[in-house]
Amino acid sequence: MTNASITREPAIRVQGMEKSYKDLHVLRGVDFDVAPGTIFALLGSNGAGKTTVVNILSTLLKADAGTASVNGFDVATQAAEVRESISLTGQFAAVDEILSGRENLVLVARLRHLKDPRTIADDLLDRFSLTDAAARKVATYSGGMRRRLDIAMSLIGTPPLIFLDEPTTGLDPQARIEVWHAVKELAGRGTTVLLTTQYLDEAEQLADRIAILHEGRIIVNGTLTELKQLLPPAKVEYVEKQPTLEDVFLAIVGDNGNDDAMTAATARTRKELR
Amino acid sequence: MTTHFFGDTAVLLGRSLRHIARSMDTIITTAIMPIAFMLLFVYVFGGAINSGADSYVSYLLPGILLITIASGISYTAYRLFLDMKSGIFERFQSMPIARSSVLWAHVLTSLVANLTSLVVVVLVALLMGFRSGAGVLAWLGVAGILVLFTLALTWIAVIPGLTAKSVDGASAFSYPLIFLPFISSAFVPTATMPGPVRAFAEHQPVTSIVNAIRDLFTEQPVGSDIWLALAWCVGILVVAYIFAMATYRRRIA
Repeated sequence: MTNASITREPAIRVQGMEKSYKDLHVLRGVDFDVAPGTIFALLGSNGAGKTTVVNILSTLLKADAGTASVNGFDVATQAAEVRESISLTGQFAAVDEILSGRENLVLVARLRHLKDPRTIADDLLDRFSLTDAAARKVATYSGGMRRRLDIAMSLIGTPPLIFLDEPTTGLDPQARIEVWHAVKELAGRGTTVLLTTQYLDEAEQLADRIAILHEGRIIVNGTLTELKQLLPPAKVEYVEKQPTLEDVFLAIVGDNGNDDAMTAATARTRKELR
Repeated sequence: MTTHFFGDTAVLLGRSLRHIARSMDTIITTAIMPIAFMLLFVYVFGGAINSGADSYVSYLLPGILLITIASGISYTAYRLFLDMKSGIFERFQSMPIARSSVLWAHVLTSLVANLTSLVVVVLVALLMGFRSGAGVLAWLGVAGILVLFTLALTWIAVIPGLTAKSVDGASAFSYPLIFLPFISSAFVPTATMPGPVRAFAEHQPVTSIVNAIRDLFTEQPVGSDIWLALAWCVGILVVAYIFAMATYRRRIA
């Protein structure tokens, strides 16, 4: 977000990342950098490979080709150091339903080998407005509370980088806003956030930079303002209001019956971004 | 990383033990089927079975204990499957912990849960008239065999726990294991069985394990059965462990 961060080493650097599952080439050469202290949104449809990228960066999967470093550590050769410096909040709230909220937090604090896990747990319960529900089994929590607990668990040990894989999928609008608040607060404290989402307004709300992952590649990468300028000028003639990011996304990704137009649009947008 | 192995395993073991403490029904359901078999065989079929032993419940107990373990380990597969599915497994794997401690915690939990169920079953057997004059060493021998057998079957259970697509798939593998004691010396002497069945019964692991435990309970010389029993347990344990770890590595790679 700030100019100072440009001179620092990127929090994430991905170059030529490829990954296939048998015959399915999910990632075909993904490149992007994330500056420290920023929120970076990876946007794409279902099955675009967002989770694959996150799983490779959090050392759960190995890439077939390319290099990736997280906080300066290579994900392939320095996996232990990478895990020391990140937290993953997966696609589904990874909380223990049988334990209480406090017990979940204490568990993670112990596994991160921190002193005084109880105090850490109580602080986070307070910060995420879960103190009242702290002693209740997580099975009784609402979707939003679960997600807040999930994110709270990821903050233990204050890792400089947090992956949020579709943090609001399946949440009701109010719970979504709760999660957005949590994410904004995180970034406010200087944590780098890589966020994947299929909701365009979410990226619009939260992200400093937005990249669109489509057919295994990053086809656009820029700020919201930059992305909005990518809309083909012809379209602007017909539309009176400001184009939403959704318009941008659909124009760039196109639909399947319109491959040539899409490729042309993609080529143009890439050129413009450079 | 490895320096944390014991600490991390202990923390995760504490977590799974809490699960068990909060769902005692898993211990009860594990014990109920073997107890039902025991009641059925002692009070319904037992009168017509000539086992050659004074007390049929004492004759039966070793096999019943193995059935208890076979039904108990399906919960290990179930718990592991839930961890995989809920994403908490991935959370642990993305944290700076000794990664294999996640599996070991489940294996040790299985051991604790099964030993608890075994104690329940033995207590019921005592009420039904099971008596043994076995000394401390013989009891330790029995406990040792049962621990090895539990570990061996638990490592088998890890494989469906890691790979299953559904809850049913995760626990269905245990049915043949529960059935195995029926075609062994557990309920009737193998000498009464027709040729091919007898050949199978006498050469499958349950028979030697049952015979070894029975000899220890009745203060008979254990002979070669105990070595055969140990060889089976350790053999299954090693093979299952290798396959489970290979499966595990494939899942996290």
